[in-house]
Amino acid sequence: MTTSSLPVDPSPATAATARPSLGARLRGRQNQNQWFWVFVGPFVLGLVIFIYIPIIWSIYLSFFESYNTVTPTKFVGAGNYLDMLKDESFRSSLGTFIVFALFIVPTTFALSLLTAILVARTRVMQAFFRSVFFLPTACSYVVAALIWKMSIFAGVRSGAANAMLGLFGADSIPWLSLTKPPWYWLVIVSARLWLQVGFYMILFLAALQRISTTLYEAAAIDGASRWQAFRYITLPQLRPTSAAVLLLLLINAFQAFDEFYNILASFGTYPPYARPPLVYLYYVALGQGQDFGHGSAGAVILTLVIALAAVVFNRFFSFRGED
Amino acid sequence: MAIVDNSRGAKVGATARYSALILAALLFLLPFYLLLRNALMSENDLGSPKWHWLPPTWEWGNFSAIFNDPALPMTRSLLNSIAISVFQTAGVLVISGLAGYGLARIPYRWSNAVFYLITATLLIPAAVTFVPSFVLVSSLGWISTLRGLIIPGLFQALATFLFRQFFLGFPKEIEEAAFLDGLGYWGTFWRVVVPNSFGFAAAIGTITFIGSWNAFLWPLVIGRDQTTWTVQIALSTFLTAQSVNLSQLFAAALVAIAPLLLMFLFLQRWIVEGVERTGMGGD
Repeated sequence: MTTSSLPVDPSPATAATARPSLGARLRGRQNQNQWFWVFVGPFVLGLVIFIYIPIIWSIYLSFFESYNTVTPTKFVGAGNYLDMLKDESFRSSLGTFIVFALFIVPTTFALSLLTAILVARTRVMQAFFRSVFFLPTACSYVVAALIWKMSIFAGVRSGAANAMLGLFGADSIPWLSLTKPPWYWLVIVSARLWLQVGFYMILFLAALQRISTTLYEAAAIDGASRWQAFRYITLPQLRPTSAAVLLLLLINAFQAFDEFYNILASFGTYPPYARPPLVYLYYVALGQGQDFGHGSAGAVILTLVIALAAVVFNRFFSFRGED
Repeated sequence: MAIVDNSRGAKVGATARYSALILAALLFLLPFYLLLRNALMSENDLGSPKWHWLPPTWEWGNFSAIFNDPALPMTRSLLNSIAISVFQTAGVLVISGLAGYGLARIPYRWSNAVFYLITATLLIPAAVTFVPSFVLVSSLGWISTLRGLIIPGLFQALATFLFRQFFLGFPKEIEEAAFLDGLGYWGTFWRVVVPNSFGFAAAIGTITFIGSWNAFLWPLVIGRDQTTWTVQIALSTFLTAQSVNLSQLFAAALVAIAPLLLMFLFLQRWIVEGVERTGMGGD
């Protein structure tokens, strides 16, 4: 990025005066450094204050006992980390994430790819279908949670799913309060699918449109079937997009909070099941106890887990594809 | 996929494809339909075990009721959401636009180091930093203030990264002409570069606005006082904690997504571009 040929000083004469004005000094060739900071400075300052300092502070806090205070005095070493790793609830929250990710990552990936392919092949009403699948992106997790919890999967007879079961003479299912079988997963996963599929469909659609039609024409001349064209042209060409989508899905699954909280919490309490890491961390650090020490240790552990997952992922799917 | 195929197999395939698409479209529209229906039902009809496809009585009064309910600060939370989203969108565009341009065009010894400092934060998921950020914002005394809700969200590394990529591809000849006319970096940026970047800014801006409007965790953590609730927090509070008139809650949810539905109707082109840019990291 340092290859710009722009620094042509249009008015070097101004620098000759004894004490040039600020504007004149900023215009000078020597003062590109100042201009750099005029442009980049505000952002970097904000980044340092609101990202770097909190992270460093949090790492510091994670080694202290700090209930309700951000200036703790009692050093506990690795104590908070050991507590968190021993904590059954924290470990089970990581387990919850794994179960959730195993559901949501492949299904979102497959459904968004499928809708993208179907929409891409459609000429009549293509814009309509694209808009319909994309529209839920406008919806917040809170609104989706409201519709899912209080209307589609409401435990009472007036809920849409139970009304449909009623047509077949089946009993109502309390979708959210039952743990055997864990119907709540259906509620959580379908809400996230609805919200996310359109977003990733757009990414796949863009990638599909970038594939040169000459590839398909050549394949058709060679007598390739539709399946062969898909298998040997479409899929390899989609590889960079697929890798990016999978990583995004994984990171998003790890950060899941909104729908779990809004669908499952009620009257200030959260059920002991279906607690992903962030929900657990939220209750540890910002619940009644305001336990910043353990909360920070948990946040550091989660960051490391995500970083590790991203590195492993990158090993498997090299981001430099055929592009 | 531009191969025209009129064989019988292709026609069967097209029929199957359209059937699948129509079925999926109906499923995708179902939640919107339920939202609309519930918002217009009376509370009694909504709670009755009998299924209604359409409201037996159309309860338009739900909408005026939510704005007159003293327990539900609807007007205030809508205003908060508007203020936060507008300031964050404008702030991100200016701050990240400037930074992206500086990184792309102003030669500086440490430019690369600064760039790595910025991109390193891309690897840290925003959600895991909420504990440390909360700690910082609370020690600044910004809990339950609009400052605390807006300012920490102004520094988006992804937006800066994307602006830099975009400006690297900006035609240099135009800027050089402006430079020769004596405009300098500042003048060139505002008078020449900005007017030619509206499309890209619209893409980043719409995506930022949507994210800001729909944000939940940060407003939940910071906007503790009722006066600083966003519309999402107001809805969530009634959904998770308080007993409530359900059809009015649906009416409130409809009001809450109305601005974004309008955006999707009129600005979809930019939103789609924004999704493509942010999703693929500027590919």
